[in-house]
Amino acid sequence: MSSTTLAPDRPTARYVAHVMNMPISLAMRGIHAFDAPGQRAWQRVIEELREVDRIFSTYRPDSSISQLGRGEIQLGDCPAVVREVLALGERARIESLGAFSIWRPLADGTLRLDPSGVVKGWATQRAAQHLAVLAHTDYCLSAGGDMTCRTLEPGAAPWRIGIEDPFDPARIRAVVPIGTGAVATSGGAHRGAHIYDGRRGTTPDRIASVTVVAESLAWADIDATAAFALGLDAPDWLRQRPGRSGVLVWADGRTETVAASGS
Amino acid sequence: MKRIVLWFVSTLSAVVLLFSYRTSLSSAPATTTSVTTEKPVGSSAATSTTPSSATPTTTAAAPATSSTTRTVTGSEVETRYGPVEVQVTVAGRKITAVQVLEYPSGGRSDRINAIAVPELVSETVGAQSARIDMVSGATYTSNGYTSSLQSALDQVGL
Repeated sequence: MSSTTLAPDRPTARYVAHVMNMPISLAMRGIHAFDAPGQRAWQRVIEELREVDRIFSTYRPDSSISQLGRGEIQLGDCPAVVREVLALGERARIESLGAFSIWRPLADGTLRLDPSGVVKGWATQRAAQHLAVLAHTDYCLSAGGDMTCRTLEPGAAPWRIGIEDPFDPARIRAVVPIGTGAVATSGGAHRGAHIYDGRRGTTPDRIASVTVVAESLAWADIDATAAFALGLDAPDWLRQRPGRSGVLVWADGRTETVAASGS
Repeated sequence: MKRIVLWFVSTLSAVVLLFSYRTSLSSAPATTTSVTTEKPVGSSAATSTTPSSATPTTTAAAPATSSTTRTVTGSEVETRYGPVEVQVTVAGRKITAVQVLEYPSGGRSDRINAIAVPELVSETVGAQSARIDMVSGATYTSNGYTSSLQSALDQVGL
């Protein structure tokens, strides 16, 4: 196979759109990176994410998830994907020992149904399927800093993912090369303290940011959120998660790398 | 155009390899053949020795005489604990045994390293010198996007 003829610096096509109040950035290389099929696939990605936002946005009072959370509709009235997301959320709660929760406490003590810790990674992974059908085309699709990548040729250059310094967004703290796989980062920056430790009922503050690398973006996102919520227990917990690696930046500035367990 | 020609040539050679492989299988005497199907995912480019995806998944349909017994390893199945390989024993055209192989810990390094580990960069390395393609940070919002590192990468366009 003449894989070495694919130059490591193939031109990269870049696309950006804003959905779910997030920048969605796409980088593509290969046959369809710049042409009409590639652009159509990108449009389908955006449509898919907009549809997910209509169903799941907690900022839209008329979304299925908002109505469900207020008890105005039943689960049976919702699109099937709601069930899928809630089931993922329940599995995440169990596997994170309760730290990850799709119920978020509001200031008045009530709980609001908020599966956004699941939805972002899950939705982006789903949307990327529109890119996966493009033959001989590699992609890296990022939704607000959580991304899924694919590289087809074994000899092609991987996507180099920079992990942002949580104390200085202009700086990079670590780099991870990803051929095919996903990267997600959770932390207190950018969106403020929106993560909640479901075990103790507190806002975690030990970790500045945690980045998880996994095959699936849905699980990279869940694990990053869970790890952030787990605080001091995060490194041990991450080390026993199958096929995950990552890096933590503690609130005091120290970094800690986690290598994937072998089985 | 050149890229398409190269792609076609490489596909052609893959097809040629495929057919030559099947020919050698059918003429082989009764011995053990081991074929591993490698999943072309998850591996960072650096040290991977993943064979090309032209390596065929062997099925029981391979031609053989009734006196030939072969053990074939292939048909990798994805489980929540990682990839598991299935070993199939074929006598003639009939599968006589299917065995799930334990995934060996400390086994093939290209599998163990399938999930890349982040490497820390020194404090003085900026995003430009790190030659990155994408930034992972705790959720960028559209509000902060225009001044972000990701936005600088998106605008470079090459």
